[in-house]
Amino acid sequence: MSYQEKRTVVSLVSTILITVIYSLVMAQRYTATNPYSAEAFHFWGAFLLILIPVSIVARIVIYIVFSIFNTIITKEKEPAFTDERDKLIELKAARNSLYTFTAGFLLAMGSLVLDMPPNVMFILLICAGLMADVIGETSNLYFYRRGV
Amino acid sequence: MSLEKHQTSIFIGEESKLGNPPISNNIRKLRFNHDEMTQQALADKVGVTRQTIVAIEQAKYSPSLELAFRIARVFNLPLEEVFSFDDTT
Repeated sequence: MSYQEKRTVVSLVSTILITVIYSLVMAQRYTATNPYSAEAFHFWGAFLLILIPVSIVARIVIYIVFSIFNTIITKEKEPAFTDERDKLIELKAARNSLYTFTAGFLLAMGSLVLDMPPNVMFILLICAGLMADVIGETSNLYFYRRGV
Repeated sequence: MSLEKHQTSIFIGEESKLGNPPISNNIRKLRFNHDEMTQQALADKVGVTRQTIVAIEQAKYSPSLELAFRIARVFNLPLEEVFSFDDTT
């Protein structure tokens, strides 16, 4: 498995772990009884706003740890640059990720049209974000292994 | 074992899905004939990672025209002698 493939697997696993653990922790703090209350909207706003920096910091830390362990174990150096193939794979994976999030976003808006509670919309948005990341990383892995 | 067996077929991106003719390359044979040049050495000369050279040799990636020219230049050969276009299929 090449360095890029290993990095993609680590990124995929860390994305799932970070989102699931964060969601579980935040779910315990949900106290609103009325999903239409200001308290509920405050919770979901904070949920999304805090998730972004937490996710970025956690990913950076995990990536640094992976890089150190990979260098120690395999003596393999991290590629110093990204070439045309890396960029093409990155673009195709980003395209797939964007399509996934767009579908999830439309689904979330659809839930509002169908008069579902706002909680459903926020949960669908978060799931769309997670799925977009998963599809993006899986596409990366697929293109690295099967060719592009 | 004949080095001819190392010749690989690569396809031009999306066109291959439409059943268009493939492109072949004999980079592996050429590396062997050039003092057994390593994949890393070739990658360094053309400015890509070793994984990209591996992917081209394994027919998992079709290089850009610029990269194809750079590879041909390393072996001091015209493009047609490194990559060939078979339109008989």
